[in-house]
Amino acid sequence: MADPMKIRASAKDGITEVKVLMSHEMETGQRKDSSGNLVPAHFITELSAEHNGKQVLAAQFGTAVSKNPYLAFKFKGGAKGDKLAVSWVDNKGDKRTDEVQIN
Amino acid sequence: MSTRLPAVLAAVGFGLAGTAIAQGSTMDEIAKYREMLADGNPAELLELKGESLWKTPRGPKNASLEQCDMGLGPGKLDGAYAQLPRYFADTRKVMDVESRLVHCMVSLQGFQYEDVTRQWFSRPGKESEIEALVTYIGGKSNGMKIDVPARHPEEARMAKVGEYIFYRRSGPQDFSCAICHGQDDKRIRLQDLGNLTTQAGAGMAMSTWPSYRVSQGAVWTMQRRLIDCMRQARWPEPKYLSDSVIALQVYLQKTASGTVMQTPGIKR
Amino acid sequence: MNMQRREALKAGGGLGLFGLLAAAGLITPGQARAEWNKSAFDAKSIEDTLKALGATGAQSSTDIQITAPDIAENGAVVPVGVVSALAGVEAIAILIEKNPNPLAASFMLPAGTEASVQTRVKMGQTSDVIAIVKAGGKFIMTKKEIKVTLGGCGG
Repeated sequence: MADPMKIRASAKDGITEVKVLMSHEMETGQRKDSSGNLVPAHFITELSAEHNGKQVLAAQFGTAVSKNPYLAFKFKGGAKGDKLAVSWVDNKGDKRTDEVQIN
Repeated sequence: MSTRLPAVLAAVGFGLAGTAIAQGSTMDEIAKYREMLADGNPAELLELKGESLWKTPRGPKNASLEQCDMGLGPGKLDGAYAQLPRYFADTRKVMDVESRLVHCMVSLQGFQYEDVTRQWFSRPGKESEIEALVTYIGGKSNGMKIDVPARHPEEARMAKVGEYIFYRRSGPQDFSCAICHGQDDKRIRLQDLGNLTTQAGAGMAMSTWPSYRVSQGAVWTMQRRLIDCMRQARWPEPKYLSDSVIALQVYLQKTASGTVMQTPGIKR
Repeated sequence: MNMQRREALKAGGGLGLFGLLAAAGLITPGQARAEWNKSAFDAKSIEDTLKALGATGAQSSTDIQITAPDIAENGAVVPVGVVSALAGVEAIAILIEKNPNPLAASFMLPAGTEASVQTRVKMGQTSDVIAIVKAGGKFIMTKKEIKVTLGGCGG
């Protein structure tokens, strides 16, 4: 199973800032292993962030997003204690959802 | 994560940021690059993983590492990393964080030494448990001062051995650590080199490991840092957890003592 | 499990994340979005990528800023942010001109989400980074060159 994400979400002056670190190899499909075989592409393809169940960001990634992807964004609204959830799925169907409270 | 001081950093080897080298805007832009990476260090993912590995009962004895004594008593991790390496009466050896951790995994959890150390650093697709655990243990010393006075006779002896290794020229290039890291204001191409014979230089180097290497996509431990330094000096590579590597750490930590830890770091 | 849910899960394989989330009850069907844009991510030129994104003819604009260092010490991890003060920004895409597949990431911004995203991308070499923004149904773009160095001893 995929390792947990690290999510920070803080509300200030009516804006919530979200910073996410995901644990993922993000293999490009262009790297060769020690025996010269291409390592198949393995990367997060889609991500969604929801504030109290309402979508606040949707993203699509290609293989050029760095290993252990980082993402930061801001949305209007959000109060301390509200739920902020982030979900991703990769090209092999692995997925992960983590949730934090906005502080 | 938000309470952590940004573990800023400089070059990767034992680099030192901000020396007055006339690189002007280039250095400014490199500093900007490092700053943008410091907020959101992927090493924090490894801290989470390390914490779970520390607390989960595992191995033939189905035990967690919570009774592991890193020098301050069983399970006491706050500040432990900043005070390593140190002498341990139970093994009668000076041990660093990694040799002590492996000792605990063998003695408390019943793992075989060979199995524990096989994956002492990660390769693409094969994460290292040791890296995760060391990142977690290191994080428990974030914000604390390095304190390795090396007063115990065995620690003092190891500090001397480390100092000797630091200055000893060896290998096909007749190279020593001191050639690159024994003077102020040296650099290799864009990377400023720290003077590890001073408290400021050693402090800058030692306080920011373990560190996430963006070029490797992995956290490097101090063992890996030093063993790779020796490889780059074209020396024969020491074995993982060798006394020579621990001795160098005692020497460097002693020199760095008093510097505040900013770990995990992030470097190119 | 009711039949409707089972069918939804069975179909999940081809639905992408939002289909799966909808099937799992995590989001309402109304939130579900487009599938992963394979043709855009597989495109090998800027022109083909723009075409696949429906952004052909995007005009250069000063209403977008790319926040990134001029120089990256390592191309494996290059921080890139895109910010726009325009109202009604619906989507943002980040392209790396000289990568084998230029499109790195695209973002869809529901109303209320600020036109400000930051991520980290891989760059094979020094290249222009292009940001494309869709606002009020129109596409605009800007670009910035980022130099990639691999200086110093490898350690």
